[in-house]
Amino acid sequence: MHLILVYLVGVIFGTGIVVSGMANPAKVINFFDVAGSWDPSLAFVMGGALVTTAIGYRLVFGRARPLFEGKFNVPTARNLDARLLGGSAVFGIGWGIAGFCPGGALPALGTGRWEVFAFTAAMLVGIFGARALQNLSRPKPAAA
Amino acid sequence: MIETAFTPWQSLGGGVLIGLAATLLMLVIGRVMGATGILAGIFAPASLHDASWRIAVLLGMVTGPAVYWLATGGMPEITVPASTPMLLLGGVIVGVGVTYGSGCTSGHGVCGMARLSPRSIAATLTFMATTAATVYVVRHVIGG
Repeated sequence: MHLILVYLVGVIFGTGIVVSGMANPAKVINFFDVAGSWDPSLAFVMGGALVTTAIGYRLVFGRARPLFEGKFNVPTARNLDARLLGGSAVFGIGWGIAGFCPGGALPALGTGRWEVFAFTAAMLVGIFGARALQNLSRPKPAAA
Repeated sequence: MIETAFTPWQSLGGGVLIGLAATLLMLVIGRVMGATGILAGIFAPASLHDASWRIAVLLGMVTGPAVYWLATGGMPEITVPASTPMLLLGGVIVGVGVTYGSGCTSGHGVCGMARLSPRSIAATLTFMATTAATVYVVRHVIGG
């Protein structure tokens, strides 16, 4: 039962992504191209998503627990470190080059466009390459 | 340079759907709607139970373009300005970045920012800055 609800949540997310323009690299890149063919649409995506989530979370966190789990599973770390900032800086470089971010690309797989599959395959190479490096530098088994 | 139409209402509506999905995933199973974490977790799930919700969300996401097609009669526009080698390079860089940075636009930019997580705010400001810088270099320094 809960998996059907979770699937529907994915459908809402995927629909929102393709409606918003986040799945269109030309639109994403134009958002950042203030010096060229600027398209400010993505500010409205971020604004709409942030305000909705902020209000929604406020309501949801008023509950003791989620509907189908014993507790909320939310990251608790608050410290800023080089790994977080360096990784985020690197992510931005890739996003600027390709125009796809993970949340934009995954729903776009449903269009069947080969470019999206090529990007996603390359991204998985990056994810597993980075994980392998992290495991090398950290001999203890890494937490998933 | 590829011009894209400014779509404030459509983008705002898509953003609200993204926020609604983030809220509902927290309500139903107490999880963050982060594309990076959901995707990466499928390949290293903590349990069958853990893998099942991730796959359900992903299948839902991929259904997004079909919903768009049912509603509008057309596929969402996807224009990839990057050449294929650059698209693949960008994909690998995104994969490395989101792994070290522990998240992307959906996880940090929407869910984390909505919780006012200092890590997510710092990560989002960092990748927005490097994305803008990368787009400037690609379009106006190298691309001319």
